[in-house]
Amino acid sequence: MAERAGRLPVKKTYKLYIGGAFPRSESGRTYEAEGQNVARASRKDVRDAVRAARAAQPKWAGMTAYNRGQVLYRVAEMLEARTGEFAELIGDEAEVHAAVDRFVWYAGWADKLAQVLGSANPVAGPYFNFTVPEPTGVVGVLVPEEPPLLGLVSRLAPVLVGGNGAVVVASESRPLAAIELAEVLATSDVPGGIANLLTGFRSELAPVLAAHMDVNALDVTGADGDVPELERLAADNVKRIVRGSADAQSPWEIAGFLELKTVWHPMGV
Amino acid sequence: MAELEQRGDRTPIPAAWEYASAPESREIVKLEERYGLFIGGEFVEPRSGEHYKTLDPSSEEPLAEIPQAGPEDVALAVGTARKAFSDGWSAASPAERAKYLFRIARILQERSREFAVLESLNGGKPIRESRDVDVPLAAAHFFYYAGWADKLEYAFPHRRQQPLGVAGQIIPWNFPLLMLAWKIAPALAAGNTVVLKPAETTPLSALLFCDVLRQAELPPGVVNIVTGDGATGAALVKSEVDKIAFTGSTEVGKAIQRELAGTGKKLTLELGGKAANIIFDDCALDQAVEGIVNGIYFNQGHVCCAGSRLLVQESIYEPLLEKLKRRLTTLRVGDPLDKNTDVGAINSRQQLDKIEELVAAGEEEGAEIYQPPCRLPEKGYWFAPTVFTNVAQSYRIAQEEIFGPVLSVLTFRTPDEAVEKANNTPYGLSAGVWTEKGSRILWMAQRLEAGVIWANTYNRFDPASPFGGYKESGFGREGGLHGLEPYLDFREDSADVIGG
Amino acid sequence: MAQAPALPTGFELPLEPRLPRIGSVDQVAVEARATDLSRRSIKREAKLFALDLAVRMMDLTTLEGADTPGKVAALASKAVRPDPSDASVPSVAAVCVYPNLVQTARERVAGSGVKVASVATAFPSGQSPIDLKVAEARRVVELGADEVDMVIDRGAFLAGRYAKVYDEIVQVKEAVAETHLKVILEVGELGTYDNVRRASLLAIAAGADFIKTSTGKLSSSATLPVTLVMLEAIRDVFEETGRRVGMKPAGGIRNAKQAVQTLVLVHETLGLDWLTPDLFRFGASSLLNDVLMQIRKEKTGRYQSPEYFTID
Repeated sequence: MAERAGRLPVKKTYKLYIGGAFPRSESGRTYEAEGQNVARASRKDVRDAVRAARAAQPKWAGMTAYNRGQVLYRVAEMLEARTGEFAELIGDEAEVHAAVDRFVWYAGWADKLAQVLGSANPVAGPYFNFTVPEPTGVVGVLVPEEPPLLGLVSRLAPVLVGGNGAVVVASESRPLAAIELAEVLATSDVPGGIANLLTGFRSELAPVLAAHMDVNALDVTGADGDVPELERLAADNVKRIVRGSADAQSPWEIAGFLELKTVWHPMGV
Repeated sequence: MAELEQRGDRTPIPAAWEYASAPESREIVKLEERYGLFIGGEFVEPRSGEHYKTLDPSSEEPLAEIPQAGPEDVALAVGTARKAFSDGWSAASPAERAKYLFRIARILQERSREFAVLESLNGGKPIRESRDVDVPLAAAHFFYYAGWADKLEYAFPHRRQQPLGVAGQIIPWNFPLLMLAWKIAPALAAGNTVVLKPAETTPLSALLFCDVLRQAELPPGVVNIVTGDGATGAALVKSEVDKIAFTGSTEVGKAIQRELAGTGKKLTLELGGKAANIIFDDCALDQAVEGIVNGIYFNQGHVCCAGSRLLVQESIYEPLLEKLKRRLTTLRVGDPLDKNTDVGAINSRQQLDKIEELVAAGEEEGAEIYQPPCRLPEKGYWFAPTVFTNVAQSYRIAQEEIFGPVLSVLTFRTPDEAVEKANNTPYGLSAGVWTEKGSRILWMAQRLEAGVIWANTYNRFDPASPFGGYKESGFGREGGLHGLEPYLDFREDSADVIGG
Repeated sequence: MAQAPALPTGFELPLEPRLPRIGSVDQVAVEARATDLSRRSIKREAKLFALDLAVRMMDLTTLEGADTPGKVAALASKAVRPDPSDASVPSVAAVCVYPNLVQTARERVAGSGVKVASVATAFPSGQSPIDLKVAEARRVVELGADEVDMVIDRGAFLAGRYAKVYDEIVQVKEAVAETHLKVILEVGELGTYDNVRRASLLAIAAGADFIKTSTGKLSSSATLPVTLVMLEAIRDVFEETGRRVGMKPAGGIRNAKQAVQTLVLVHETLGLDWLTPDLFRFGASSLLNDVLMQIRKEKTGRYQSPEYFTID
């Protein structure tokens, strides 16, 4: 933060983003990262975030795909508007542009997913049979350490566009972009609780998220040595495990957070 | 000829019309006394040196001796499959792969009677079902995926894809041949080779299938069959396969997921269920009754997607239950090979024990039991079709998968309540909805957390229709275009990764 | 049960969740159920039982413009003694002829127990004024018919004028009094199973002793699923009221196998009580000889030739 002559700047307190609000960690703990005191979330913060995501998710999934696409586009707009701020924070304007473009790209998928990933199935009988993708529910996301903004956006956008609620564990070493992004999300019509961003020690938070019985899927893209243990914990409620890449952009990245529902109905008079 | 009973001035009515027994002949099935493991295109003695007896569950009569494959046997099978994969199968022209699969489909059709009899003999299911459902669907599955083998680039356009390698597949005892087809057909279509482990109690149709492979002239080692119990399955999971596909209990599925944690191996799980079959008061009532019966008594209820929780709208409860109970009296329980049998034998002693234990728990918890009068054979494993009423959502019989011919009946008042109760389970495999109101069907279908929704029908299957669960019922789909995905490797797909 | 309150607009709500209700029928599911039941394997003594029953349930029918006393006399003789070479084969239930031939038929079946049925109410279309229909029905009874088969006015039914259909059945029932009344729905013109069920319940409510599928004048008639739908309507009425209504599939049942399949349907839907000519009939002309052939085949173990069975 550049200081201006003659005035002491007001510094931001970096907090968590849970249920659309910006609480401190219930534990009262912080840690220092990127020269700032950052909230160090606890297992209870994970619990609260999952609860918020679960509560908010049905409404998000129930919105029309068109509407959800517009909300995500709105995120891109708000992000674009704060390009300078983000560029200064992460030191890479190109990454900010890429992150904006990624949100725009995924926003456009909202109302196309069912057509690309679903199907009408020609069964051998007098039945109409179709398959549609649906959100898997609440997704735990361990985002990669780097790049701080694009890595986060690349993992979060596919989860959101699919209609899921997300509980994100931010980059431990570079968490500020996540909190800044939370401010973008908070001002861009994403319902509170749909995206929850936690900063803190990943080794502390990831196992809690992986073991949580009300989380449906776990994105381990940003996990490192602890993947086997996290996956073992995740098996307790048969979580879907997604191993993506920090920089992917594909509808199949969304597919990992979707369930497929097949409906049969007889055709008769 | 039945006796006639005189009633007043009416024409006499018969006292009974017993259908003469109509058993399908066992002659068509030629069993070996002892089988080997099918590895590299031939039957080999198990290195473990161990065998066990497989039974006819309707009589407890031993049918054959089956190898109990040990870790060494599994390793040999996997190695053989690996060699077959790299020696040509993965490079074989997709059109040739397709033709092998078409051949298999045709041979299954040609030998359908033989397979149907064997399936009923070893599994206890009525010949009516193995003849009309299991075997034709198994053939259809191979026919369907045969056509995909040389069209994969249209299944996943713009994605770089290749086969995974060796697929380890573990299947259950409820639909032995059909589950084999669900597993092997897409695996081969995608260019993989296979090591498949049939269920411990029902290995015979898989072993007969080896003869189909011989007739189809499938290259040796492309499909290998290792028999044995859970230990064999565990050895397969731990072996050098590239993928595990498992159908079975949620408990074992979780253990497999834990075992594979961190290995990066592809996994698909098709696990248990406790499906709600939801009956609205405006449904076509007699057809709904048939759907309920088909939902829970089909294959003795040994069906992961069985409609085991009946949710009835209270305003139709009484007449529906009367109709259901009446219908149960016409179910014919008995000899699986009799063409008139509707409900056959329970698959194993172990399964019968489990059913009996849960039914006892249901009675103890205060549910009211109904079973139609029926004579069960003295030998073999049998359980009468059962309905529990006065069931609370908290009872074990409403929560746990019984995997037997036991229906728990609960009631609801509004569509919201039906959805809430239906979803109130860790499982999410299937659900049924019965109403004549189209908009309500779609509303319900959207809200039910289940991979398969049958509206005004139940327990329908088709190779073109993706099947699989939400939540603890597993992940991945079998059937349809979506059923190919678990057998393809997209990891080197950089086309859609920007800067990757 | 209390009377349902009439709502201001004339709509009524049932007071109890009881049957029978009109409801609806799912085509795919009812056809699947009928197919399942048709696959029952009925062999040996069970089959012989069914074939014998089928003969006893048969309404041997001729309803042609070209019918003559000679033709009907021969038919009636056949009805009394279907297989002259096998005295154990029973007589059929009835002969069914046009009103002008009732007298001839009566003379031939006298003393045999075989009934004479005839048709009335502007058979087969039903498109005449009600007074003519009533007069015709009354006259058919006077001519000596034991049973009257009437048709419903499908035009009125399809136009949604159910009250007219209902009233006509009531009036015809009054006209024939104690004589057995079978009400033909002509299912081939009703278009849906929903309509078949609706018409079945309407006819039963109006006083039908039997409901019958068809006139035999259309190509689409007594299929297994349509029979099943009607049997289920009968069952609903029986279970709710205790009243036993008979069923007569007619038209399209040409061979013994179809007859046995139909009886399986009756057995598994309504039970043994309906396995009697009092409550179940087959309306057929060419079915009898095939049943006779099958009976002889079952008894001798040899496949038969039609040459050995009389055509009447």
